[in-house]
Formats: sequence, structure tokens, C-alpha cells
Amino acid sequence: MEAALARYAQRIRSAASTGGHLRLTGGGTKDFYGGPLEGEPLELREYAGIVSYEPSELVVTARCGTPLAELEDALARSNQMIPFEPPRFGAGGTLGGCIAAGLSGPRRAANGLYYGAARDFVLGCVLMDGRADLVRFGGQVMKNVAGYDVSRLVVGSMGTLGLIAEVSLKVLPVPVARATLRFTMDSAEAVRKLNEWGGRPLPITASAWCGGTLRVRFEGAVAAVDAACAMLGGERVNAAEALAYWDGVRDQSDPFFTTPGALWRLSVPSTAAPIVLPTGVLPTAGAGSEFIEWGGALRWWKADADADAASIRQIAQSAGGHATLFRGADRSQGAFAGHEPVLARLHKNVKAVFDPAGVFNRGRLYRDW
Amino acid sequence: MGAEEHTASHAEVRIDPARQREVVAALRAFMPEHAVLFREEEARPYECDGLSAYRQLPMVVALPETEEQVARVLRTCHALEVPVVPRGAGTGLSGGALPSAEGVLLGMAKFNRILSVDPLARTARVQPGVRNAAISEAAARHRLYYAPDPSSQIACTIGGNIAENSGGLHCLKYGLTVHNVLRVRGYTVEGEPVEFGSEALDSPGFDLLALAIGSEGMLAVTVEATVKLVPKPEVARVIMASFAEVETAGNAVADMIAAGIIPAGLEMMDRPATRAVEEFVHAGYDLEAAAILLCESDGTPAEVEEEIGRMKAVLSRSGATQLKVSGSEAERLKFWAGRKAAFPAVGRISPDYYCMDGTIPKKRLGEMLGFIAEMERKYSLRCPNVFHAGDGNLHPLILFDANDPEELHRTEQFAAEVLEKCVAVGGTITGEHGVGIEKINQMCVQFGGKEIALFLALKQAFDARGLLNPGKNIPTLHRCAEYGRMHVRSGKRQPFAELPRF
Repeated sequence: MEAALARYAQRIRSAASTGGHLRLTGGGTKDFYGGPLEGEPLELREYAGIVSYEPSELVVTARCGTPLAELEDALARSNQMIPFEPPRFGAGGTLGGCIAAGLSGPRRAANGLYYGAARDFVLGCVLMDGRADLVRFGGQVMKNVAGYDVSRLVVGSMGTLGLIAEVSLKVLPVPVARATLRFTMDSAEAVRKLNEWGGRPLPITASAWCGGTLRVRFEGAVAAVDAACAMLGGERVNAAEALAYWDGVRDQSDPFFTTPGALWRLSVPSTAAPIVLPTGVLPTAGAGSEFIEWGGALRWWKADADADAASIRQIAQSAGGHATLFRGADRSQGAFAGHEPVLARLHKNVKAVFDPAGVFNRGRLYRDW
Repeated sequence: MGAEEHTASHAEVRIDPARQREVVAALRAFMPEHAVLFREEEARPYECDGLSAYRQLPMVVALPETEEQVARVLRTCHALEVPVVPRGAGTGLSGGALPSAEGVLLGMAKFNRILSVDPLARTARVQPGVRNAAISEAAARHRLYYAPDPSSQIACTIGGNIAENSGGLHCLKYGLTVHNVLRVRGYTVEGEPVEFGSEALDSPGFDLLALAIGSEGMLAVTVEATVKLVPKPEVARVIMASFAEVETAGNAVADMIAAGIIPAGLEMMDRPATRAVEEFVHAGYDLEAAAILLCESDGTPAEVEEEIGRMKAVLSRSGATQLKVSGSEAERLKFWAGRKAAFPAVGRISPDYYCMDGTIPKKRLGEMLGFIAEMERKYSLRCPNVFHAGDGNLHPLILFDANDPEELHRTEQFAAEVLEKCVAVGGTITGEHGVGIEKINQMCVQFGGKEIALFLALKQAFDARGLLNPGKNIPTLHRCAEYGRMHVRSGKRQPFAELPRF
């Protein structure tokens, strides 16, 4: 393992001194995400393995190349899980890629209980920065306020701040019971209901609306799940079908996501009024053109590949959020929404702190760096 | 620490009157007289925060009433190269709001309005000077609340909570400040408006919100925040479990988590702590037990019934000698009253106490307690222990008398050894109170030179001249080099290092 790190350091130093660019890669399952790929690949799958896992500490530490599947299997053997349900987008995805992309799955907007986003569960990391220095932030304990919270900063940084060599995650027990209910309603009513239910002590851990059908998942104590189902009515979905359905949402293998066209991700306040994209919206066969998750806070849209990006971003911004060109269209103009001048300057400054020579993942987050 | 006057080990820096006149004049150009204080009797109340061993009269106190004034204070200070120290209620325990003799103390107390509560979106927009508990009070009529509940919640402000990433009794289940704040709006040190996060669940680019939370007021000044509200559990019940050995209690904590249970609260107190508390509040604690655990379940009545059953089974299997479940809300509050009164109770049995805040992996709890007992003998000081056991966060309380400078010195050495032990067992020097000025030397133990250099560079990325709350949180590399040498001297080469001292 040390040899692998030494080789990575060598590549980084050599790139930094010659003005070269490296593209950090794991399983390649998220190559579609973010800006276009630039630079020489630096393959990280070899730096793999679970470093430590203590179920009673609720903490697992693993190297970046560890396959997500291997990590999830190890946790499952102790009846625990990665709480943010990271999307897998196919076999072969690694922990490093999962943290660099910072994407979270259906459980992101769970109610009440401390579930949350990828960044909410990262306790520490080891980073190889643009000088090839190996630096360690955070740790393996839940509460840690020593120094700046760099471990959370790297989540979703798309590998632009450094090579994430090792990550410590907080994990949680698999809930004792689960159930999924199905309701028929339009998108406006679904968003309203989800927000209302969110204000009640119901163990909702996922929601998805598409094509006039709302599905809601409940997880927790047997009594809590049963009580929620009894209270809300709806139609109970068979357990195996529900499991497959939520995997399809999580990994975007659901038919809404697999049909061709540009996929836009609009992250907005959960109560935002129904969003309608103006031009070139593609109704997906039998499923409509919108897919709503996270209690209303995540709205996926299928659009023409040449739909006007600026106006889609403007609509998301007016709703209090932002739009990402997720996949399926030309991303040379950038995948992510931009920043006003002060934030843009802070981003560049932060990038320069970790990667002064601009070695890592050029263009993957923003075009000019 | 207690409120006794003691500046023995940390002498106050004198203020330059000419510079003071210059800065006062510059600020009074756009702020009313009552909002710019500098006379000693007016500035003295701001000399320290909750860590009263460190005191410093601020050169000037600015108490802005509008956002425009905040921006202009920052712009003015930046132009004059005057340091600015932001302050909320001043309840912090690590000296994060310790003033500077060359600087302006920026008191945000007048920003105390809850701007809106949105029950449907389950959010509240608040100004930084709003008290933590006031948010939950305002949300209560919607049966919602703001989850992080630091023990100072009736006094501490959300602005300070954001600066420190405060935790609380329920953060094992409900998370810390960083998990419960959606958006922070404020100003850079140069007085430019800036916003981190949003009312959506994420933002494009780097997670600067996560970076800003817990940054101890070093990166920006908060003027508004949007916080998450969560549904109030219908009921809560707490189990009080007694243990004949402290280690057995520690193992029971691990067994609980391993059984797949995340209690709403999981606290531990050793016998010296329960005895101090019992005299003070009569919580009904088992005084014969070497340690007690308080284990809370919350949710719907049926859910709590189910979970309390599972918890009792685990605690019995793990060797609890007695289990008592709260039978009413009044009894639940009584059980908690003892834990919540631990610090003041300890304050009654000692002139002063020094609260530590290390966090360790739970499996090292027994070892850590043994080490603290050894330090009690080594330094001839008593140290009752209260822990946020569920997340491994320790609050050992060293009892001392600050009027005795030698005892204060021994206390600081005791604390330093315990914090360094926390690092050695894979933990951290501070779980929720922050580094501030208090633990700045221990940062050199927690982190290597490269990490410290990156922290300093990050600070520069936001504040090139180092004017916002300087000298806190991150030590200079020079300081670490000096501390390293000092540390070697305090080892065996020191004359009579092995001798007990009284």
C-alpha cells in the first residue's frame, strides 16, 4: 500500500513541476458527472481495503480504492449501513469516488432522525494534496471541532482539492422495520403532502414522485412504521418490489432515468412551487418528464440535449436553489451553477491552498480551474 | 471555570490610547455614541467569555444595530488594520471570544430577532444573537424544535453555536450544529456580503458552509442563518442504570450501539459526580453505584415502549445492577436535572473547576478513566467525570482554587496531559467546546506541521491580513515549535519532576 502512495506522490510531483494535469479515477462509474475529463488518468483502485471497522463505534475507515460494494457487504454483516445511500450507477464504484462526487441517495432527506448527506457522515480523511503531502484531518470520533472541518470540505469537491486517500465514515444500524406506501396524486399535491408529513414525527426515510404516483418509505421501530402506515393510508407496496424500486431510484436504473435525453438536477427548497421547464422538455415514455425526491427538495427533469441551460439555471435560482446538468448532454459549458464574484474568489483561493499548481481534475468542477 | 478573579498566568496587555482614539473616532463617524464603547468601566464586561482564566480588556467594543453598520465596522477595521473579534452571548468555554488589546470586539447581541418560522418547510430564519432555546420556543406551537441543545442553551446564541459547531445532549441521534444549519449569510473580513449554503439541501461547488461552521469566527461574520426544525417527539423516557464498575458502564455503552440502538441521549457520570449533584438537586441517583448511565428513548408512545424494552434488555445483559425507568415527564426531567446541573453542582464543592472536552473512541473509555485517576494522584487534584458517553465526548472536571497560582498551573498541566492522551488513543482535544485560546497548544499535538500550515493558508484564503479573531483556533508553526520544546522540558529533565506536589 505504501508503494502505491509513493507512486501517486511521484506522479503528483512530476505533474506539479511540469504544469501537467492529473485526472483521479476509481471505478469510472461517475465519469459522466461534472465537467469534461481532462488530464492524464491516475488510477487509484489499487489503494484499497478497509483499514478499521468497529461496529460498536459506528465508524468505518477505508482506503479510497475500496469498492463500495465491498464496504457495504462488510457493514451488512454487522447489520449496519452507509446512512446516505450513495448512488452506485453500476458495479465497480469506489469509496473515493463516492466521497469526491458527494452524491447522496434517497435517505438524504429523512425525517427527524439524524440521517443526511454524504458530508454529514464524513468524520475524517487523509488527503494527498497538490504538493504530494499526505495530510490528515478530522478523525474517527463523532464529535471533533479541532481545526477547520476539511474532511467535510472535500466531500463533493470532485477531486479538485486532492487525492482522497482514506475516509472515516459514521455508519448506522439497519432499521428494524421498513414499509413502502404508494399514493396516486399530482406533483403539486405530492410536494405539499411531503412537506406536511415532514413536520410530523413520522419515520419517513425516502420519497419519490413520478408520473402521478408518490411512493414513501418508512423505516424504524416496528411500532413506528406500523403506526405511520395505519395513519397515512395509501397502498402498501410488496417488500421485494419496494426494495427493487428504491434501488432503482438510488442507482438511477429506474426507467425515468434510463431513457435518452439530458438529465437536469434541480436542488431547491422542499416547498418550492411546481417547476416547469420552458423549452424542449421530453416526456419520458409513461413517466412524464419530472421525478421528485427528497420530500420535494430534489427535482429531476428530462430535457432535450440542447435545451437552454441558462434559462434552466435561472428557474432553479429563482426557486431558491441551483441546477446541475447531470448527464446526457454536452457539458463543455460546465455542469454546475456558477457563483457571484466573492464566492468565486473564495473558491479559487481554497483551491490554491490545496492544489497551488492546479494538478488535480482540472475543469471537473469549474471550467477555468 | 468559576468566576474568581485570577489573571496570574495570563497577564493583560495594555491598550494604546492614541490608537484607541483613532479607532473610536473612525467608528463613531457612522455609529451612535452608545454603540461604540471604550471607557474601562464600559468595556470591562466584555473582557472574557465563559473561560474566565483568560481576560483582556478590548481596545474598543462595537455594538452594531444594523447590517450596514456591521459591514462598515468591518470595512473600517480592515482599512485601519484593526483586528475584529466577534462575540455572541460570551458563554463559550474555550476563550474563542477573548478580546484583543489592539482590536475591536464586535458584539452581535442586538441582532436578536427571529425573522421567520416556516412550519411547512420546517425552517427558521434567525439573526445571530438569537438564543438557542428561543428558536425552539418560537417553533413549539408548530410542534417543531431546533435539535442541537448545548447545556448553555438558555443563554448561548445561534451565532456562537455556528462559530463553535456546538453539540448537546441529543446530538448522538440528532446531530451537531453542522447537521442542522442550512444556510449562513454574513460578511467577509473586508465587509463584503457572502452567503454559504442555501435553503435547498445542497449548493454548487465546495461545501463552504461546512467549513464556516465551527471555524470559531475566523472566516466570516454571521448576520443571518436558516436553521432546520424537526418534529418534536411525542414522548421521551429515560432509563437510569447503575453499575458497580466504571468499565462495565463503558462496555454497556458499546453493547447498546452494537445492538443497533441509537438512544436519543446516552450520558454517564461517575460516583464523585453523582454525589456532588445529588446534594445539589436531589435527582434520585444511586450513590452506591460506581457509575450511572442515563439512556433516553424518544418517539411515538408505542415506539418508545418498544425501544425502552430493547434498551433494558441490553443494559441488564451488560451488568447493570439496578434499572429505573422514568414513569412520568416530571421524573424524566428530574433524572436529567442532575446531569444538566453537573457543572454548577461541582462549582459548589470547589472554588473553581476546569472543564475538559476531549473525545475518544468509546472502547478506550475504561483506559481513559484509569489514566484520569492516575493524573488525580500525580497532581493531587480531584476530578469528577461526566461524559456524553454515546459519542465518546468526555467532560472531566478538575477541581482547583484559582487564587493559588501554583494550583492553577498544576490544573493546566493535568488538563494538557489528559488532552494529549485523548489524541494518543485516537481521539481529539475538543469535541464541542472549541479550541479558542485555551487548547491552542494542544493543536500542535493533534496535528502535524503540514496540517497546521494548510489551516493557516485556509485562514488566509478568507482573511489575507489575519484580522478576524486572530490568534484563536490555529496556532502558528512558531508557537508549535516553542510548545514542543517546552513539552520536552516538562519531562524527566525537569528537576524533581517525579515528586508529588501539594
